[in-house]
Amino acid sequence: MAITDVGVYAHLTADDIESLRIELDGIRDDVERARGVRDARYVRRTIVGQRVLEVAARAAIVGARTRPGLYLGVLGLGVAKSIENMELGHNVSHGQWDWMNEPEIHSTTWEWDMACVSAQWKHYHNYLHHKYTNVLGMDDDIGFGIMRVSRDQPWRPIYLIQPVQNFLLALGFEWGIGLHDIKLGKLRGTEEERAHTRSQLRAFGRKIRRQVVKDYVLLPALSGSRWRSTLAANASANVLRNLWAYLVIFCGHFPDGAEKFHPDDIADETRGEWYLRQMLGTANFDAGPALAFMSGNLCYQIEHHLYPDLPSNRYAEIAERVRAVCDKYDLPYTTGPLAKQYLLTLRTIVKLSLPDRYLRDTADDAPETGSERRFTAPTVSTISPLTGRRRGLRTALRDLRSARRRTGRAAAGGGTAPAAAGGAVDPAYARTA
Amino acid sequence: MTDSGTRGRAVGFDLGHRVAQVRQWLEEPAKDVATTGSPRRNMLRGAVARVTTPLLPDDYLHLVNPLWSARELRGQIVEVRPETADSATLVIKPGWGFRFDYRPGQYIGIGLLVDGRWHWRSYSLTSSPVVGARLITITVKAMPEGFLSSHIVGGVEPGTVVRLAAPQGNFALPEPLPDRMLFLTAGSGVTPIMSMLRTMDRRGRVPDIVHIHSAPTEDSAMFRGELAALADEHEGLRLHLQLTRSMGQFDLARLDELCPDWRERQVWACGPAGMLAAAEERWRAAGLEDHLHLERFAVDRTGQDGDGGTVTFARSGRSLEIDGATTLLEAGEKSGVQMPFGCRMGICQTCVVPLEAGAVRDLRNGKVHEEGSRIQTCISTAAGDCTLDL
Repeated sequence: MAITDVGVYAHLTADDIESLRIELDGIRDDVERARGVRDARYVRRTIVGQRVLEVAARAAIVGARTRPGLYLGVLGLGVAKSIENMELGHNVSHGQWDWMNEPEIHSTTWEWDMACVSAQWKHYHNYLHHKYTNVLGMDDDIGFGIMRVSRDQPWRPIYLIQPVQNFLLALGFEWGIGLHDIKLGKLRGTEEERAHTRSQLRAFGRKIRRQVVKDYVLLPALSGSRWRSTLAANASANVLRNLWAYLVIFCGHFPDGAEKFHPDDIADETRGEWYLRQMLGTANFDAGPALAFMSGNLCYQIEHHLYPDLPSNRYAEIAERVRAVCDKYDLPYTTGPLAKQYLLTLRTIVKLSLPDRYLRDTADDAPETGSERRFTAPTVSTISPLTGRRRGLRTALRDLRSARRRTGRAAAGGGTAPAAAGGAVDPAYARTA
Repeated sequence: MTDSGTRGRAVGFDLGHRVAQVRQWLEEPAKDVATTGSPRRNMLRGAVARVTTPLLPDDYLHLVNPLWSARELRGQIVEVRPETADSATLVIKPGWGFRFDYRPGQYIGIGLLVDGRWHWRSYSLTSSPVVGARLITITVKAMPEGFLSSHIVGGVEPGTVVRLAAPQGNFALPEPLPDRMLFLTAGSGVTPIMSMLRTMDRRGRVPDIVHIHSAPTEDSAMFRGELAALADEHEGLRLHLQLTRSMGQFDLARLDELCPDWRERQVWACGPAGMLAAAEERWRAAGLEDHLHLERFAVDRTGQDGDGGTVTFARSGRSLEIDGATTLLEAGEKSGVQMPFGCRMGICQTCVVPLEAGAVRDLRNGKVHEEGSRIQTCISTAAGDCTLDL
């Protein structure tokens, strides 16, 4: 079972969590106070750069006389669409630039260049996903409704094909995103639900029609005799963008160490516990400035989940401070190279396509999900009187891993995790033990 | 005969219907443009938007010239003219979609970019609407606590791009002109009257007007020279300048002295709240409220305490008084307004709505947002009276 008490899992007392909240609120205050000309210039330049790149790429696609020229155009368009999708669309719709009071760069007016309707995306993403991050059954982003990314989700035979499904989702990511907020089952619901779903479908239909007409009808038609290559180029650029967006999002949520939470955990959740859940439920990947920009700064997924509405160009500096907070409270800060984070994600997806009887770990102690029951020792952090350093969750997880390695070697891979047998233990046990 | 006639009409109708459909299809992507200019231009805009969707062609064009956009009104400051030591006139060239048929006395919204953020205020137009004009003016007096007015008077560069809202307000020169008028102004309250006087002067028809204007000293009286020149030129226009530092505040009890027939005049009064309250009192006592036209300046509440106030939901026509701890979202729900909302914790932006007037305070950090902003109702409370577009 996923985490049912984030405080216990994090080895922190209520007082610790409150002081953690104060520190994290302090970071928000500092950044809000510092927002100004420099940030406004950043987003304006990004917009200008993105639009210039897009126009140039489209011109290259229509006008290129050589194959490499055409490929360069496709790549340019894919890059332009990725910037538009992540650094602009995603972040603007989060309200990261609302403080500028600029109606043209505002969460209420921005519409992005992909199949999904911005308003619908804002509902499920900004509200359901960011408020109920990684809460089983409440955050639709867990497996995007079609995949099993945590063994907290019961196995069904359809999951056998999930490696294929994963690949198809990656290719058509914008369509998956577009359908995400529309609950087709509600078409059989109450009058109100039916009306709502129908109006959502109409808006989605309008949006896809416009997108499809633009990329696959009008622009090819305007290219005259080169319509075939324009059509193929536009489709390729959309797929490139889909793959990239998929990769960034999956690496932010499904690598090992991004924890899942039981709905019980969020009843009466405090602001500090909410922060903790965001920190423990998400994962970063290592990126320099260029990769960070191309990912919409979502390589800083942890920071983004702590402060979804702070400007993305500030995440790099926020990350340094968040890391310091993690060090202080001995909390894990999940990050790694992009390739490694994706391979971990892929491993989970492939592994969890199998029924539980083929899986060794339990939902309390698995790479992709754990709970406070994975710890046999008391789960309250102690501060060493000698060094002043806290021994908390991060140290406990490290101990657990090394213990696992030892028992794993000893039992030649046949052993079970220490907490695996304790599935029925009262969650309060850890605190009283 | 009849048959073919009917058929002719049917074909005609069919064709007309088709044309209308095509036109609708062409205009559709641009139908939400805030400031639709000519229908033909919007059709072109919509047609081009089929290949620029989800953007409008304007979104590319305004990168070349910031005024080439009709998504909202913009303008460019072409000149900053000092009027007095603490006031200045901005001469603005509006961009696409601005209509110059405003009524003298109306005000516009203007947004200026300071430190990366647009600040929004309303100011009376001091220019006179002229067909074929390409410029408008507003005159701004720096208020000691007024952040934006000080910024404008203290140094806005010509060439600066500003956002504009269409002229509005009922404090305007009536058509036809009454035969006898009384203008009662103080300080920057003279600005809407200036537009009226300039318009009447330009039309060469100035009726019988008594203008009582208060300013601390001669030097601080805006448009002093122009007002005096107008009074010299037009027989019907009588100006009384009350210099309050030497002469004291104008006492409405002296009205009979300066303007014995004030009871027979239509009155336009604009100035500080105290002066307007006194005028209201005087005219009510005389049973002549319907003669009095008032223009109140929005009070700059920034930095004032005593939070809470009356929240008005403009579209639903409801209002409710709240304390400084109740959110606007709660206020709306309590008064039965359909409020958009999501997370209720300030992260999801689902509850964001335009603040039409007044100021609100962010409950998380105490920051005040002024009119012309879009605000999150779930974490905001009233900082004085405010109006939401809901």
